[in-house]
Amino acid sequence: MIPSLPRPLWLRVATVVFVAAFLVFLFLPLVTVAAFAFNDAAYPAPPWQGFTLDWFTGDESKGRTGLFKDQELMGSILTSLLVAAWVTLLSVVVGTTNAFLMERMRFRGQGLLSLMMLIPLVIPGVILGISILAFASRVADLLGDVFGWEAEFLRPGLPLVVLGQVSYLIAISTLTISARLKRFDRTLEEAAYNLGASRPAVLATITLPYLRPAMIGSAAIVFLMSFENFNTTLMLVGADSPLTVMMYGRMRDGATPVLNAVSVFLMVASAAIALLLMRGGAQGRR
Amino acid sequence: MVEASGTLTRRLLLWLLLAPALVWLLGLILLPHLDLALLSFRERTGPGEYAYSLAQYRTFFAEPLYWDVFVRTAVISLIATAITLLIAFPIAWTIAKLTQGRVSALLFAVCLIPFWVSETVRTLGWMILLRETGVLPGVLVSLGVTDAPVEMLYRDATILVGLVYTSLLFMVVPLYSSLESLDDSLIEAAYDLGGNGWTVLRTIVIPHAAPGITAGCIVVFMLTLGNYLTASLLGGKNSLWFTEQIYTQFITRFNWEQGAAFGFLLLLLSSLMVWIGLRLSGQKFADVMSRS
Repeated sequence: MIPSLPRPLWLRVATVVFVAAFLVFLFLPLVTVAAFAFNDAAYPAPPWQGFTLDWFTGDESKGRTGLFKDQELMGSILTSLLVAAWVTLLSVVVGTTNAFLMERMRFRGQGLLSLMMLIPLVIPGVILGISILAFASRVADLLGDVFGWEAEFLRPGLPLVVLGQVSYLIAISTLTISARLKRFDRTLEEAAYNLGASRPAVLATITLPYLRPAMIGSAAIVFLMSFENFNTTLMLVGADSPLTVMMYGRMRDGATPVLNAVSVFLMVASAAIALLLMRGGAQGRR
Repeated sequence: MVEASGTLTRRLLLWLLLAPALVWLLGLILLPHLDLALLSFRERTGPGEYAYSLAQYRTFFAEPLYWDVFVRTAVISLIATAITLLIAFPIAWTIAKLTQGRVSALLFAVCLIPFWVSETVRTLGWMILLRETGVLPGVLVSLGVTDAPVEMLYRDATILVGLVYTSLLFMVVPLYSSLESLDDSLIEAAYDLGGNGWTVLRTIVIPHAAPGITAGCIVVFMLTLGNYLTASLLGGKNSLWFTEQIYTQFITRFNWEQGAAFGFLLLLLSSLMVWIGLRLSGQKFADVMSRS
């Protein structure tokens, strides 16, 4: 706060009104989605018909398929979780090796490489998707022609979705983990070496534990971004749809409130991850 | 010291660390995009036969639909970026300078919450709010503003609302971090020297926040340009978005050459805007990206 700033009353009132309007704008869609998950009606639209949990627990006997009985939706959640798990593992591992590469090594072309690592962040997701789709199928064709291999994993499907998402999420994990490694006090490592520790021992007991908050933090962010990714995924998806693609298809066709029920589930899950992350962040900062 | 273990292990270590980075950047970024460029410059001349040509780009310029959608996408993205900046700036200012301590931290956290939730969910919310049988048209009728429910989806203004909504976070965060580092005493000094609100904003605040403004605008423009979900669900069938054209060519029509050309044009436009943004504000790419 800047106490000596001349702020007339109208300006102070205007600020409060603006911030309040902004918050309403931010939360209106979320509150609406959540509310209609509990509306006792066939479509997510007003008027309010009374409270029900049918869109979560309903089954054939009620004529409504609730979330937990909707095999297709539950399957797509599992698919998304599987993809996100692989993407997180790959992104954090490569992000960590990249951090060591950029912070601990000196080599020719390093500046160029560090610039290259930022480029995936400014390529639109759709284009990442189509370029990887086209390139992967060219490689698959080549493998087929030359060696007679059926490289099925290079055709549209979950492995390709993982590769597509990883292509830009590694950039994010690299930035986060490098930033922490940069702040590391190297005298700690030198002290350990002086006390006779081997290189692997120093890595395992000093450096990696120090990096852990950044690794966990970027894992959470990458997991969430993978779970929510739509643009890149849409271009690379095969027979098994992850949740966002499944929801998109249903939203085009005019869906029942079961989508609202999924959304409530997603909000709760995201909130849990966010809380976990904030706690971890607070501990990481000492 | 560390280098006691010799240069050979050092070299080995370097290559071990370099390998994943190179696989990532070459295999998933560089080669696929070169391949996309090659693909866009070829034409199918017969079954399994291809020749290099500019046919795909010629189609783009010759067919008014494609050109119109391209320009439309660019213009709406620019407008969306400007509106996002205008809305986000006062919010970032309020969080950084007008509140302090817990209030400031709480407000910042509250601004972030909606963006933890998937874009699909947020778009679903806008659909329920705005469609003809939805919440807002109903409210308007009961307030007596309109006689019958109005269809609020499938308009350009609706796409703008959706795009601005999705983009706010990516503007508020870089703006906040650049405004936060502005020393309060500079502003006080400017007022003491007789500046008014407008001159202080123009000569002190905006120049200081320029890196944040650039970072926010670049990221928001790129994200709106490449948006698919919001544009296609809130925009409906007659208001086309360029990413939808790419999808149609690639996935629906299986015309990869044409789709690659469209993709490349979108990439070119997006890179051009990033470059112009950096030029106008005199920023370095690496500095800007590490802010956002």
